[in-house]
Amino acid sequence: MNNVARKPNANEESAFGRFIENIKAAPRRFAETMFRSGKPHSDRTRSTFVFGNVFLHLHPVRTHRWSLRWSTTWGLGIAAASCFFVLLATGVLLMFYYKPYPDVAYLSIKDIHFVVPTGRFMRNIHRWSGNMMVVIVLLHMARVFYTAAYRAPREFNWVMGMGLLALTLGLSFTGYLLPWDQLAYWAITIGANIAQSPREVTDALGMTQWFDVGGLQKLILLGSEDVGEEALIRFYLFHVMILPLAMVLLMAVHFWRIRKDGGLARPIDADTRLGPPPGDVYPVFTEAPEKTYSLAAIVKGKTPIVGRGPEQTIPSMPHLLFGEAAVFMLTIVLSVILAILLDAPLKEVANPAVPENPAKAPWYFLGLQELVSHSAFMGGIGIPMIVLLGLGLIPYLDRETEGTGAWFGGPGGGMLVVRSAIFGLAAVLAVEAFAIRFGWIRQWWPNTPQLVITFLNPGTVLTFLYAAYSVWCLRKYNSTRAGALGLFTCFICGFVVLTVVGSYFRGPNWDFYWSPSQWPGY
Amino acid sequence: MTTEAKPTQTGRSRLDPEAMPRRDFLGLAAWWSAAAALLFGFLGAMRLPKAAVLPSPSKKFRVALPASLASGQSYVPAGRSVAIYKEESGVYAISTICTHLGCLVKATDNGFDCPCHGSKFRKDGSVLRGPAPKGLPWLEVKPLGGGNLLVDEGKTVAAGTTVIV
Repeated sequence: MNNVARKPNANEESAFGRFIENIKAAPRRFAETMFRSGKPHSDRTRSTFVFGNVFLHLHPVRTHRWSLRWSTTWGLGIAAASCFFVLLATGVLLMFYYKPYPDVAYLSIKDIHFVVPTGRFMRNIHRWSGNMMVVIVLLHMARVFYTAAYRAPREFNWVMGMGLLALTLGLSFTGYLLPWDQLAYWAITIGANIAQSPREVTDALGMTQWFDVGGLQKLILLGSEDVGEEALIRFYLFHVMILPLAMVLLMAVHFWRIRKDGGLARPIDADTRLGPPPGDVYPVFTEAPEKTYSLAAIVKGKTPIVGRGPEQTIPSMPHLLFGEAAVFMLTIVLSVILAILLDAPLKEVANPAVPENPAKAPWYFLGLQELVSHSAFMGGIGIPMIVLLGLGLIPYLDRETEGTGAWFGGPGGGMLVVRSAIFGLAAVLAVEAFAIRFGWIRQWWPNTPQLVITFLNPGTVLTFLYAAYSVWCLRKYNSTRAGALGLFTCFICGFVVLTVVGSYFRGPNWDFYWSPSQWPGY
Repeated sequence: MTTEAKPTQTGRSRLDPEAMPRRDFLGLAAWWSAAAALLFGFLGAMRLPKAAVLPSPSKKFRVALPASLASGQSYVPAGRSVAIYKEESGVYAISTICTHLGCLVKATDNGFDCPCHGSKFRKDGSVLRGPAPKGLPWLEVKPLGGGNLLVDEGKTVAAGTTVIV
């Protein structure tokens, strides 16, 4: 064989020689064919690297410098998506051992915690990523709101984001039952009865026997009247199948719309604010473009950067992709550190005969539980619906353009946000302090009809105060955006304060205590 | 495409022609019937998750009160969320499921306390304070003879209804 190989042109002549050469070259050629256009060394190959790759072509080929500043997004959207991918991976691993059947479920979680190799670690990461995802999604929403990035043409993507928030909370809630411990059992009992709470209104109107939407909701959710095996398998199905699929679908639409809506929102004067691009940025339009706009030429409406050169953009590979990878790594690092430091809790096995006292929902629902402790229907369904509707309508009511893409942009700006935060905090603290100190209507007049309490309780009073303040802002600054800034800031303040009160200052019988050390029995 | 898109008289381009009203009715009818079919199909499929037979245990149970049960003292049978009282006027049963959000209330000397959101009820089950929208229901009790009672958690009776055993 060696003799043959030494002769010139021998390889072309002998089929066997060519075969051997091809075998030697196979690994290199495999690597080359994996990426359709070679390694991303030049601007041209960097472009084809992104749009020629099924996983990367979601990204633009070039990204505006404004989008790449950390202060534009703080990477929150990518961080939320990263949490979801971590949850997907660890969740699938946990499914190897988890058995969704009462009592057996508890034992399988115990197995995962104490026996399964890396089981405790994976469960901890799953739990912490889940918690982080809730926080990050809320922060991401706040970022989009405060930079006024929900405005046209991005209205619909804001609504998609609301859907993703609801799915995130739904996934957390359904996952909460799966360990089948006391914490899970009573939190879900309360949650299922919140679903049933429209009965509070239908009962008061005397129409429950014909129109029992509350009972139907609970029946569909639990598959029974109590939390039992039917409820567990349903929550499991929702947690591992229905909600993740819906999440992936909405995420796809959400990401795709970012591209189609022209990338991230930025101020009109972003280019002057950024200054000239650094010297190493390649001015694309100095070379004759070889492509026409093809179909983009006849499509109506704005398409990304037509009519001017992409001077302020830089190649997505490596600038955007490396940034995304960095956020992904940071997210994983944070959840791993938390998972090492703090174990996911597991109380004693669920006991339908003995309620936890206090029985608390997951922390992000404790604000709601605080509202629910005044009225089940208004706190659990009425006010959340008002909040969701109000948030969803923001981009359709605020049709202004001033301040788009800038932090706290719009009339009033940062000062209005500070003032709204002070009002929001003062209002929620005053209402809570009053209700804790003096009680509410039923303590003063025990025979008050239920409908009065349903519609006049600390939660509804607070909602009214916030709405009134928002209208006041709108009139004072003569701007819908100012009203929205006031309302959203108040909403954040209310959410935080109610959550903190529910988490740290409520003890047995949902009584107020300054610290858990004062709880009776301690 | 080398030919130019000629604007028509109305100023519209060939690429964006005016809608044909003649086809609107048929087109809309097709869309709406497809949507209606999907909706009814979905509603029909949704009958599946709404259980026709509930897996929960029977709401009726038989119980014998302990002889030592004093007046004003509650007896809660194991595994049941019912407090049974025996007074001179007769026997009665009150549900211990809080009408607020379904936690189990605890019978105290003065009535019932809910551990979850602080609802308090009087001895007769009526709401004293807290978020509970209505009082604890009284449940149907039937004497079976020989000191045995049949309690039905699914049937409520008017507050104050007692049964002589």
